[in-house]
Amino acid sequence: MKLTIERAALLKSLGHVQSVVERRNTIPILSNVKMETLGGRLGLNTTDMDLEIIETVQAEIAREGSTTAPAHTLYEIVRKLPEGAQIEMESAEDGQLLLRSGRSRFQLACLPVEDFPAMSGGELPHTFRLAAWDLRGLIDRTKFAVSTEETRYYLNGAFLHVAEREGVPVLRAVATDGHRLACVEVPRPEGAAGMPGVIVPRKTVTEVRKLIDESSSEVTISLSDTKIRFAFDDVVLTSKLIDGTFPDYARVIPSGNDRVLEVDHKLFAAAVDRVSAISSDRSRAVKLTVSRGALELSATSPENGTASEEIEVGYDAEPMEIGFNSRYLLEITTQIEGDSAQFLMADAASPTIIRESGDESALYVLMPMRV
Amino acid sequence: MLCRDCLAHDDVEDRVRDGQGRCRACGSTRTLAHPELFTLSIAHVDCDAFYAAIEVRDRPELAGKPLLIGYAGPDGKGGRGVVATASYEARRFGCHSAMPMAKALKLCPQAVVLHPDIAKYARVSDAIREIFLSLTPLVEPLSLDEAYLDLAGTEAIHGRPPAVVLAEAALRVEREVGVSFSIGLSHAMFLAKIASDLDKPRGFAVIGREETERFLAGRPVTVLPGVGARTAERLWAAGFRTVGDLARVSATELIRRFGALGEDLAQRCRGEDPRRVVPEHDPKSVSAETTFDVDLKTFVDLKHQLWPLCEKVSRRLKRERVAGPTVVLKLKTSRFALRTRRARLAAPTQLAETIWQAGVRLLEKEATGERFRLIGIGVTDLCSPELADPVDLADPQAARRSAAERAIDAIRAKFGDDAITKGR
Repeated sequence: MKLTIERAALLKSLGHVQSVVERRNTIPILSNVKMETLGGRLGLNTTDMDLEIIETVQAEIAREGSTTAPAHTLYEIVRKLPEGAQIEMESAEDGQLLLRSGRSRFQLACLPVEDFPAMSGGELPHTFRLAAWDLRGLIDRTKFAVSTEETRYYLNGAFLHVAEREGVPVLRAVATDGHRLACVEVPRPEGAAGMPGVIVPRKTVTEVRKLIDESSSEVTISLSDTKIRFAFDDVVLTSKLIDGTFPDYARVIPSGNDRVLEVDHKLFAAAVDRVSAISSDRSRAVKLTVSRGALELSATSPENGTASEEIEVGYDAEPMEIGFNSRYLLEITTQIEGDSAQFLMADAASPTIIRESGDESALYVLMPMRV
Repeated sequence: MLCRDCLAHDDVEDRVRDGQGRCRACGSTRTLAHPELFTLSIAHVDCDAFYAAIEVRDRPELAGKPLLIGYAGPDGKGGRGVVATASYEARRFGCHSAMPMAKALKLCPQAVVLHPDIAKYARVSDAIREIFLSLTPLVEPLSLDEAYLDLAGTEAIHGRPPAVVLAEAALRVEREVGVSFSIGLSHAMFLAKIASDLDKPRGFAVIGREETERFLAGRPVTVLPGVGARTAERLWAAGFRTVGDLARVSATELIRRFGALGEDLAQRCRGEDPRRVVPEHDPKSVSAETTFDVDLKTFVDLKHQLWPLCEKVSRRLKRERVAGPTVVLKLKTSRFALRTRRARLAAPTQLAETIWQAGVRLLEKEATGERFRLIGIGVTDLCSPELADPVDLADPQAARRSAAERAIDAIRAKFGDDAITKGR
């Protein structure tokens, strides 16, 4: 293999693929990026055995071929080369990769291409196309709620499935860590009907999210019971799915919460942020004292003292007090894009629903805390 | 001079005790004289055959019989059980605590064997600790039946010197709790501990500053804290048999030969103990474990052993009003290799059910055909229970299970632990 490539193009693609590679690998080949000439382009391929990214990038190919080289090292080298540089790469007879740019020369130890694990293709019988903007919404508004708890591995991802709301078919993503739950949907794209419900691992969600901003306006998603593939213009990401059963989340979304609190979510978030500055402990509890038209946010810390702030709100029901983890409140309100947020409450001990006023597509459930 | 029965005391010996050693006030022979008796303040108290004493207290028909507390295995011959406590009657046959039950039963086949009821012993221990805490805040429990007390500076409060206060506490515990303990009084913690063993049961022994070196000189090096079998061998090899052998050598020489250990030895052999009595720390974890009668290897068998342990841990968490977010599984292989595995939960828990579920998931990965002799489970990173077991959005059944467990707890609180059990 011998080729010349622009530093900027290689850096961008390597940036995508290298983040899949774990920092510490017991299997040496998994630290490497596979490079292969593909029809006049350079293909870059990394995997951690659960997740695989293949990206192609424009290059001037002098000789066809393939090799594998340490991904992080290669990325560091390319990153440190001067802007606008041309990079020449050549796989030598002795199995090393020669990299030249300007006056810099590198010789990288390579591993045989044959050892590089390929993720077995398998059938991906369900395929649909989704606007990148919709996919970003599904991810951004659920990702924060994905659990990191190892024992309940089936919560370590976003549950992607089709459902119906008031007779309208939707594609829905749900994530929960037990304390909060995010449920976000978009109209069901053509081809998605009949797809199985799948749990997309956290790492995959994170990698896909990174690719959305820089890529096309549309993403093609294909999946089976065990795998999912996200195809962008030049990048294809294939991932295993979490083999487990996502809990029956519909049962924890309350339906009878009739105390409606309407807040300007920006004012609200800023006030929560300020008031919670006083609490140093892990719980970071903030108390909401709601009365007709007014909301008092308060927090106390045995060490630091107390804080409170009042904001005007829309509220017509019985006065009540309820406590929440301030971090969770902020993470949810950050996702709201319109002007106001709605809290649907039952009592101080039951799950509360938070949603954007006038936007039915996203719903958050938050457990109160005892305060 | 002190009479341990009527608490008469005086600096002048003759005023309390007559020529035959009897108390002039009450006639008791349990009198105690020591030149430093009223100036020493560090005590070690050690209950006499604690578990056995409690069982005899609750079942007077056992009085005078040799009694072994511990597990005797499924066939009653001892199995893998170990003697937790031997009553003084059983000790006469050569039985002692930490002895394999099988051996103890060979020595004393007529002994009555009782399974330990640790929860009950802990309640008795709490009651005794309450009494100690009324004497001084500096109470450092070592186990259910032993504690260090530092009574320095309490004379002004009690109006009596520490020795009298301790003797009074001994009578009070016998009267109110129904078990006896022995007291060691000295100027250093390890000497107090040695002393409490000198005059058992119902003893009171004093080691004063003046006689400390003389007292230690003839004793084997193993009386010093930190000198176990291994260290003793090193010391013997170097020609040190008794504490006196160590005291004859300079501190510099001991440090040169034994390093940090030498530094400790140089202090201890002269009766110095740099430790201070530290009041009880908050527990860092709560756990329970069991050793099997025969090694187990299948997941199903091991899992079966886990549930009662989870219940035990849960009960203690609830009693101590703590909760924890980390579950630790402990396994010991038949070759005595120890394995611990931990799992972090979404929220702190007190519930047996939650501990069990996490424990089973950890066990699943470990039960791969190896034989184990012990399983244990615990909860750590303890915190206050306020944040424990919130409603779990990822587990719609959790609230129901939690409510069921709380209901079981309520029934048990009313009718006893065996009133209701969960099928498993």
